[in-house]
Amino acid sequence: MAALINVPAKGRRGDVIEIRTLTSHIMETGFRHTADGAPVPRDIITSFTCRYNGAEIFRADLFPAIAANPYLSFFTVAKESGKFEFEWTGDNGYSSSASASITVE
Amino acid sequence: MQTTRRHFLSIAGGVAAAGTIPIVTLRPLQATPPMLTTAIRNVVGEAPVRTGRVKLDIPPLVENGNTVPMTVSVASPMTTDDYVKSIHVFNEKNPQPNIGNFYLGPSSGRAQISTRIRLADTQKVVAIARLSDDTFWQITTEIVVTLAACTEEMN
Repeated sequence: MAALINVPAKGRRGDVIEIRTLTSHIMETGFRHTADGAPVPRDIITSFTCRYNGAEIFRADLFPAIAANPYLSFFTVAKESGKFEFEWTGDNGYSSSASASITVE
Repeated sequence: MQTTRRHFLSIAGGVAAAGTIPIVTLRPLQATPPMLTTAIRNVVGEAPVRTGRVKLDIPPLVENGNTVPMTVSVASPMTTDDYVKSIHVFNEKNPQPNIGNFYLGPSSGRAQISTRIRLADTQKVVAIARLSDDTFWQITTEIVVTLAACTEEMN
């Protein structure tokens, strides 16, 4: 699935950097009904993880109260050059991932 | 006995004064519906939750509850021995009281997260932070929603 990741390409060691992620997902709450009264089953992303060179730096549990196309922004300290890996998992075996690189001087 | 104007006013004044005292003293400290209280207790356990240190940036009036931008930040130095472990956000009147749990660490650098949430009604949003010394801090904000989210019919 499509994901938009915003990580600074370069940073100085020790800088606090902001990471912004956006992924496309319907985030169906499970509380809605169709016009003829049938409930619409829940289909949401339940978990998000971000790893920085393999170590987990941020994790989130998501609930139906998170808007469609979940947006998450958080911070980390730029320690070393490397890779950020992002993973979203959810209902019905949903799983998607993305990655971004940073050069730390 | 004939009721004079002076007599009437003194009685009325006395009743009004007596009426205001119970209103002030009997007001509950925190009026939280049971579902919200239970959800908060599931996270904090029996620990006391103090008010302060947490900041919740959310529009006070939203037109569309389907996507409400929200930023939670916590006043913390974010060092290895004094940092924010997690941030938990709850609501009062959505079908479910949880909004999200966000787990940070000393490598976060800054204790701040942003996301977009759904609000089904005009209600309170509560953000609670758990610090590295396992103390809990919270903030409560009232938000007015004109178009509700979550439970509307699907087209």
